[in-house]
Amino acid sequence: MKQQIIVSGIGGQGVLFLTRVIAQVAVNRGLAVLTSETHGMAQRGGTVLSTIKVGSFAGPLIRTAQGDLGFFLWEANLPVHRGLLKPEGRLLISSDQAGEGARINATAMARALGNPVLANLVLLGFAVKQGALFCRARECEAAIRQLAPEKFVVQNLQAFEQGMAET
Amino acid sequence: MTEPDLIKLLMGNEAMGQGLIEAGCQVAAAYPGTPSTEILQAVIDSRQRALEPLHVEWSVNEKIAFEVALAASYTGKRSVAVMKQVGLNVAADPFMRTAYLGVQGGMLTIVADDPGPHSSQNEQDTRLFCLQARVPVLDPASPLEAKEMIAAAFALSEKYERNIVLRPTTRICHSRQNVALLPPLKLDRRANFKKDPTRWAATPAFLPALHRKLNANLAQIAREADWQPRLTPGNQSHPRTALVAAGIVFSHLVDLLAELDLSGQVDLYQVLMPYPLSPSFMETLRRDYDRVLVLEETYPVIELQLAHPGSVGKQGGGVPPEGELTPDVIHRVLTAFLGLESPAAVATEGRGQRPSLCPGCPHRAAFYAIKKTFPQGIFPSDIGCYTLGMNLGAVNTVHCMGACISQGAGFYQAYAQDGEFPTIVVTIGDSTFFHAGIPALINAVIQQTRMIVVILDNATAAMTGGQPVPHMGVAAGGKATKGVAIEPLVKACGVAFLETCDPYDHERFETLLKNADTYLRSDKGGVAVLISRHGCIMDPRVRKNQAATIVRINDKCIGCRKCTNAFECPALIFDEEGRVAQVDRDRCIGCGTCIPVCPVDAIGREEP
Repeated sequence: MKQQIIVSGIGGQGVLFLTRVIAQVAVNRGLAVLTSETHGMAQRGGTVLSTIKVGSFAGPLIRTAQGDLGFFLWEANLPVHRGLLKPEGRLLISSDQAGEGARINATAMARALGNPVLANLVLLGFAVKQGALFCRARECEAAIRQLAPEKFVVQNLQAFEQGMAET
Repeated sequence: MTEPDLIKLLMGNEAMGQGLIEAGCQVAAAYPGTPSTEILQAVIDSRQRALEPLHVEWSVNEKIAFEVALAASYTGKRSVAVMKQVGLNVAADPFMRTAYLGVQGGMLTIVADDPGPHSSQNEQDTRLFCLQARVPVLDPASPLEAKEMIAAAFALSEKYERNIVLRPTTRICHSRQNVALLPPLKLDRRANFKKDPTRWAATPAFLPALHRKLNANLAQIAREADWQPRLTPGNQSHPRTALVAAGIVFSHLVDLLAELDLSGQVDLYQVLMPYPLSPSFMETLRRDYDRVLVLEETYPVIELQLAHPGSVGKQGGGVPPEGELTPDVIHRVLTAFLGLESPAAVATEGRGQRPSLCPGCPHRAAFYAIKKTFPQGIFPSDIGCYTLGMNLGAVNTVHCMGACISQGAGFYQAYAQDGEFPTIVVTIGDSTFFHAGIPALINAVIQQTRMIVVILDNATAAMTGGQPVPHMGVAAGGKATKGVAIEPLVKACGVAFLETCDPYDHERFETLLKNADTYLRSDKGGVAVLISRHGCIMDPRVRKNQAATIVRINDKCIGCRKCTNAFECPALIFDEEGRVAQVDRDRCIGCGTCIPVCPVDAIGREEP
């Protein structure tokens, strides 16, 4: 099993948390995983990118046109990071506009749950429901329970389930 | 056999932090700096794993961190100093002498480099620094390998009584991987400093012998069996051709070879210790290979030592001599080297959204007031979040930690000797002020500089994630300690004009800036200091304790874009269709600092 995944967004959108949840699922399953993340100044609202490589890889970065799956929490990053995916790579986009890829208005749903940052887990649920990710829903839920601060676990799981419920 | 529940998903920095605890390190000192910061944070967060006493400190700067760790090593205990690559410049003085004098207990210096650079003022290579300092340096290729190198490096350090540098790069520091936790060592060492003035206080008379011993040790270290380059042999389909790589670049190369179905075809060497480079390795390469591709970040350290007549690397232009060696860059280099079809050029697609100060950031209010009060001013600034004051036109220079105060002084001297001088407003963060600002402030005062120094005091080292600062009375891990206040320090530096103001108080802040300018232009004027004091908005306690109202834009908005461009709050967006500004409800924190910015009173608070 090999899967190369990107998570694209801007600082403050929970890109790092989504990255960790996906990577933790791999660890829980006993799969090798490597991620790379953006820290430092770009986290102050600038474009950030994580890469996740599940399976037997040596390095964490994804070369142009090698990614299988892309999560876009910030649609305006599409031209910047789209090129990392294979031509047939799947796009999962948080957006209130129509366009390419599988789209969901994750921010609006997250806002209704009380925190727009939860769009990251709405998008994750949406991806799992589509069968785009290497793992199943209950594995993601277990990883969310492991990584979320205790008082936010319920809300985080709700966000994930709402993403799952969207068709 | 490792228990399955001890496999963790760890960031490289966390893995190294765990490695330090597992190796029995007892004194760990660091100054925060991307990409190194989370190493010490991980030591702090996991210190309960240590079986023996463990002192952890956020030192005031890297030189101090190094010297604290150094003396701890003199007592026979294991110690570490942690910093980013430019931090080693600050620590260079003790670092260079330590090469000659050596250490007692194992001492590591972990210096995180930033090829790219992603979050640094340059992309200098610590390995080249080590070559000039004559200090052995290790170059891990993954978070796991970085962790595993730590115990082995302590052993090497103790065998030769030498400081050893571990040099991870951003892609090691900020990558996550499955990493096994191991039981920590218990070394049972009591502090025991053996006085030896010929070594620990060596005068020039003793240094030639120490230097000779250092060189002899380096020759031995270069031959250490455990640190020899590792060969993955090819199948002779590319005879007398070798690939040599070190650090994360080696990992990128392994993945690329697999992708191109070239694994096991070309002889591949991983260099673990780029300096001192193994002499037998150099000999083998010269004897058995005609062509050698050398891939390393960021400077040609291995390549320079190899001096192989058939090498392709950064010196001949075969490998880009600057920037990160990403998989795409390596792909182009490798295909050219092996005579394969080269990949299509990768189109550059822009850099995306630029970073900006957070909504509600007190620095934004301060910068806006500075720029508004002195439109023709000169604005030296410094390293931290507040570098982003550039976006508001209120930062003209950014150089290195603490440089802004001396640069401000230099600007003053150069202008003042011609007569008229512009108002010079220096901005420096609280952590940076403690790090390197105080000697610069004393110098500015005694050289009779006339300028304004604004200390942006947000009560934390914000850029790197909120490490404690000396005036808050909190040490690493939240431990209470004595606070050292900024005001008496400023006064003791000889500053006669000192005011403190919350930059959220727009009117008063502007008035104080004007008063400072009047003072510095008066007969007895000199350096005026204004402390801009408001907690970092990333701190949830600050958010909780400040008033928040609902900010609205009313129909008076004329679409002048002053609030979105000159004030540049990410929570204010411009509606291109309606030609008016709007508030982004998801991002606005209701601080109201934008209200006075609007020239037509179109921004207001919603009455409850």
